[in-house]
Amino acid sequence: MADREERRFAEVSRDSVKLMAESAGLELGDDVAALLAEDVCYRLREAAQSSSQFMRHAKRRKLTVEDFNRALRWSNVEAVCGYGAQDALPFRSVKEGELFFVEDRDINLVELALATNIPKGCAETMVRVNVSYLDGKGNLEPQGTVPSAVQTLSDDLLKYYQQITRAILGDDAHLMKVKSVSHDLEQLNRLLHMVKSLVQNPYLYLGSYVRSLVSSVMYCILEPLAASINPLNDHWTLRDYAALLLSHIFWTHGDLVSGLYHQILLSLQKVLSDPVRPLCSHYGAVVGLHALGWKAVERVLFPHLPAYWANLQAVLDDYSVSNGQVKADGHKVYGAILVAVERLLKMKALSLSQPAEGGAGGQSGSVVGEPLSEAALGIASHLQAGGAGCPWEEWTPVPLPDMYTELYSFFGDSLAVRFSTGPGFGSYPPFTPAQLGEARKDPPGPASNPETTRKMPQLTANLNISPRQDGSPRTDPPPPSLAATGSGRFTFWYPPLLQVPGSLSREVFPKSRFTSPQTGPPAFTFLIGGRQMGRRCQGRRPFQTTFAPTPPLSAVPPRAYAHKLPVIGRVGKPVRRWACSHYSLYLPL
Amino acid sequence: MTLHEYHQSGDRILHGWRFPVLNLAHAHFIFKMAAVQGGLVDAVEEKDIKTEPSNDSGGNNNAGEARLLSPSPGSSASAGSAKSTTGAPEDQSTLLAVLQFLKKNKLTESVDILRREAGLPEDVLDSKGTDSSGAGSGAAADSADAAGGDASSLLSRVTGSSSAPAPAPTKAPGEDQPDVNVVLSAYSQQGDPALYGVYYNGLKRFIESVLDCHRAELSQLFYPLFVHMYLELVYNNHENEAKVFFEKFSGDQECYYADDLRVLSSLTKKEHMRGNETLLDFRTSKFVLRISRDSYQLLKRHLQERQNNQIWNIIQEHLYIDIFDGMPRSKSQIDAMSGSLAGEAKREANKAKVYYGLLKEPEIELPLDDEDEEAENEEGKPKKKKPKKDSMGSKSKKQDPNAPSQTRIPLPELKDSDKLDKIMYMKEATKRIRLAPDNLPSICFYSFLNAYQGLTAVDFTDDSSLIAGGFADSTVRVWSVTPKKLRKVKSAADLNLIDKESDDVLERIMDEKTASESKILYGHSGPVYGISFSPDRNYLLSSSEDGTIRLWSLQTFTCLVGYKGHNYPVWDTQFSPHGYYFISGGHDRVARLWATDHYQPLRMFSGHLADITCTRFHPNSNYVATGSSDRTIRLWDVLSGNCVRIFTGHKGPIHALAFSPNGKYLASGATDGRVLLWDIGHGLMIGELKGHTDTIYSLKFSRDGEILASGSMDYTVRLWNAMKAYDDLETDDFTATTGHVHLQDNSQELLLGTYMTKSTPVIHLHFTRRNLLLAAGAYNP
Repeated sequence: MADREERRFAEVSRDSVKLMAESAGLELGDDVAALLAEDVCYRLREAAQSSSQFMRHAKRRKLTVEDFNRALRWSNVEAVCGYGAQDALPFRSVKEGELFFVEDRDINLVELALATNIPKGCAETMVRVNVSYLDGKGNLEPQGTVPSAVQTLSDDLLKYYQQITRAILGDDAHLMKVKSVSHDLEQLNRLLHMVKSLVQNPYLYLGSYVRSLVSSVMYCILEPLAASINPLNDHWTLRDYAALLLSHIFWTHGDLVSGLYHQILLSLQKVLSDPVRPLCSHYGAVVGLHALGWKAVERVLFPHLPAYWANLQAVLDDYSVSNGQVKADGHKVYGAILVAVERLLKMKALSLSQPAEGGAGGQSGSVVGEPLSEAALGIASHLQAGGAGCPWEEWTPVPLPDMYTELYSFFGDSLAVRFSTGPGFGSYPPFTPAQLGEARKDPPGPASNPETTRKMPQLTANLNISPRQDGSPRTDPPPPSLAATGSGRFTFWYPPLLQVPGSLSREVFPKSRFTSPQTGPPAFTFLIGGRQMGRRCQGRRPFQTTFAPTPPLSAVPPRAYAHKLPVIGRVGKPVRRWACSHYSLYLPL
Repeated sequence: MTLHEYHQSGDRILHGWRFPVLNLAHAHFIFKMAAVQGGLVDAVEEKDIKTEPSNDSGGNNNAGEARLLSPSPGSSASAGSAKSTTGAPEDQSTLLAVLQFLKKNKLTESVDILRREAGLPEDVLDSKGTDSSGAGSGAAADSADAAGGDASSLLSRVTGSSSAPAPAPTKAPGEDQPDVNVVLSAYSQQGDPALYGVYYNGLKRFIESVLDCHRAELSQLFYPLFVHMYLELVYNNHENEAKVFFEKFSGDQECYYADDLRVLSSLTKKEHMRGNETLLDFRTSKFVLRISRDSYQLLKRHLQERQNNQIWNIIQEHLYIDIFDGMPRSKSQIDAMSGSLAGEAKREANKAKVYYGLLKEPEIELPLDDEDEEAENEEGKPKKKKPKKDSMGSKSKKQDPNAPSQTRIPLPELKDSDKLDKIMYMKEATKRIRLAPDNLPSICFYSFLNAYQGLTAVDFTDDSSLIAGGFADSTVRVWSVTPKKLRKVKSAADLNLIDKESDDVLERIMDEKTASESKILYGHSGPVYGISFSPDRNYLLSSSEDGTIRLWSLQTFTCLVGYKGHNYPVWDTQFSPHGYYFISGGHDRVARLWATDHYQPLRMFSGHLADITCTRFHPNSNYVATGSSDRTIRLWDVLSGNCVRIFTGHKGPIHALAFSPNGKYLASGATDGRVLLWDIGHGLMIGELKGHTDTIYSLKFSRDGEILASGSMDYTVRLWNAMKAYDDLETDDFTATTGHVHLQDNSQELLLGTYMTKSTPVIHLHFTRRNLLLAAGAYNP
């Protein structure tokens, strides 16, 4: 009888009743205990049933002690006191005695009474309204937080997402909306760590989510976070970490989003060239550039340095008291720039030393190197397209010595000291002329240090996509600035073809280009033309010539293009969006 | 507790007019009231008071017997141990009785023959007989010693063991020798607890063998029979047999009875039955079944053939079989209507005429048009007078043939402010968005944040300017949804100072210092489960677990009256759409109609078999609907106090009700997650809307009645095409008269949209006058 019933309900055994009675000082016979136990069970069930009514009317799903006590009270039974706490009661068992009990911690009343951290009362109850659904449709996103992006996830991913958000944000489910927590460094930090783990998770295909992740990270790097207002907050570390993370994402997942690198550089550069931005943003930009590699630094930071230096200098030279905080920030930026530049010089020196070996010795190296140059070109065009104010068209890689002297003028001995401690700069002088030439025409050049070579795969994937879109504009005379991009892509798309002329020209081109910088255009045309021919018919020749005058001309043409920048920028953007429609837009111009 | 807490401004606030006496009914009421107050709401007693003829003699009979047979707990325990020797089959005891009979009549030869044939030993009458009687029941145990081996006393003991709950004239053992024929007939009634299962099984086999068309109908018998047989076993202290019986047959019952079965299974002792009101109802009220004549004949024939009186008695006593002529119903038709605690509604119950039409809108005189103009100009909008006049005209000219007379229920006269409000309402109505399946309403969600104390009830004013919440911490909070802050009236001293003649006196009496976005009303001593604004926005009603309903002034933000009478938690309350009256219902199973200026209820509506969980007024104020935990909805006539409709079909406690704006339809939502639509005039179920996965706590029709919105614990708001539901219903004369509507399973077509909230149960819904849908709930992560 007993075991049959046990399947239906929880039962109070007669032993329990006996024990209870003993604790109350009574001695019960077996039969009495059995009867009592049975009755107690029934009464408990009855009370549970009526208490569920209170739960239902309170519109809850969880039965509380309160509900149970109400049921008891209404059936004229004394309520059970002392269990009204909201948090769950840990129910433990002792194996040996088959004893179950509710864990009851001792509370040190003295400590509690003298505690200084008096808990604040909970916030006041209030009503807030939000329009959840317009016309019953349109905004079909559920009211509140779950972002639309999340809804499309599969069940498993959704579960994953929920776990993550719960773990990181507690009850706030804004995963992508970093902005909502910009006041809380802790949250941001956790968020970044989460992003990192997301990125590192080999089982997770992030796909297009990379973009949103990157934007979140960029936010942490660049934005004047609310938390930065308080100088005590260590938002610098956050920015450093975010920058590291950014480069990590880029190198590991850059292939998932085409044009990502360019976009990142663009936005970093934009921040850097905007004097209105607070120094912490600038710091973030510098750190970000640094994290993206020395080429980024060279491309973006270095040319911009003269202009920026003036600002920074002004800040650093201001000794007024009110300026103290800003100045401290300035020093931070200064330090960041210094580190970035130092690495730039080192790496540059290193890279200059290598093309000689790599270019001459290993063909494979040159092949892999080629895309890099393309990438660099791509960057250039995008940056210029962004219209960030820096005359990119004029940009030519500064030879190392020049660079050094220029930087030295800014940083003085601090640079020298740092630099000299690194791998020997002086050990590469022989190559300087070559580098000079190399740098002039083909900026990052075929030169590739081992580090970048290793990173190439990510880049290649990115670039692979582009040629398909290239087709559309080619029928029309494209603007000169486009050509650079286009040519670069061709070269890359056909590595085998390229390899022959490329490796041959490697020896020749630098010289030819160098010897006559003014005749650069023809040389350039030649290079491209050759590759072009390899790829397609000769009918394209006129096309080549049109953009011959482009690259290293005076500052005037770029200015002329300046007003068209947004359109060009489009062109520079990857792939899909690029199609003919934009191009037709461009035609009337 | 002061019943009338008149405040300084109370005279102004309380209605100045007198309530025309509700003549007889009212007097009757007070009488009832007295009766109830005498014995703090004894449920059974109240049922007796009410018009329901639920009190049948069968129940009383049993009660009388119970007292005779009921042993003390101790003796039942000892009987329990004796029962281990049970197992004496029915045949043996019958045989013994027959032998006894023969012997008594000196038919010794026959005795010998019979004994030989049955293979019984000589002394069987002495030894075996004693055994079997001891095994029979503990009830006879106490007389065992005195009886000895005497045949007659044995007989009496056997009689005692036949627990016979039926009208069989069983006597207590102590009585003189009973007539043997009676004893034998008692045997033929087969009160042997061990046989209950046999009988039930027999019936089950029979029902399973009949034609399909009858099987579904007769299957309805299973559940009530099962319950009654089980209860009889428990009642007569056959605990073990009851358990066996339950184990064996509980699995056969329809799944929607699972909750009841759970209650039932926990009940194994007679003492438990006494306190269990739900089961008391089951015994005292008749379970109603609707069966076609053919099926009934079939059943009757079977039971008579088999002499299965045990079951027949139960059917006679505890069941009400509503026989109808015509086609037997299909399983789906039966399932749609069953599920309530007391079976389906009798057909007669839904025959009364219901005046579901709307009352004529009061004519609003022209002079008000000037104000109207001003108001319009203030808004700086061009005015469109024509449509407004049209809408007024169309409503007021024709008297709806289904509408009650204007004065059927005395309603308060309109005050100037009411008229102004009506004008506002009409103006808004002209700007109303016409909703349709392709033009769904926008939804605004009012989230209660930081409502850690637990939000239990919400209400909006009709013009959506205020929102009130009832909380589990006994507070009521009122918020202004508009930028207009809530202000109290100044204190009496300050009121004396103001210029009473000034035009803006209404503005001057307000105390600017008290302006705030929300006000808290303290007064209850238990969770506030029901809350309702008066239509004129001057009052707020709240009903609470503490058994009271309180009327609050929204001018002074103080409690004006505490209405006592329920004595148990009051689950819901609502103001009449015309103000002044309000309805309340609670744990005591009685719905009460009150007037704000009477401290005692004007009407008590009793008949529900379990808690009244929600109460709603009909738009014409002549009827009230109550939903209950007994899974029925009842419609009550305010004038007569009669129950005019009983709707069955829900499979769980009903937690939401809503009348359509035209008064023709009623929607109900329950814990089973289904919304049912009812035609009030015909008393028919006309739609079943399936989709929610949890309790539905709120229902609301759009202002035109075209869309029904439902809000649930499952964090969704769903919109349903109510018009289509009405149209899709295929009715003819037959279905209309019998009420046997065949519902299509078209929930998916009727569902217009499902809208998720952010883990916020939707506990209230409201359509603004322009048909914007407002939803409310507490966000409690």
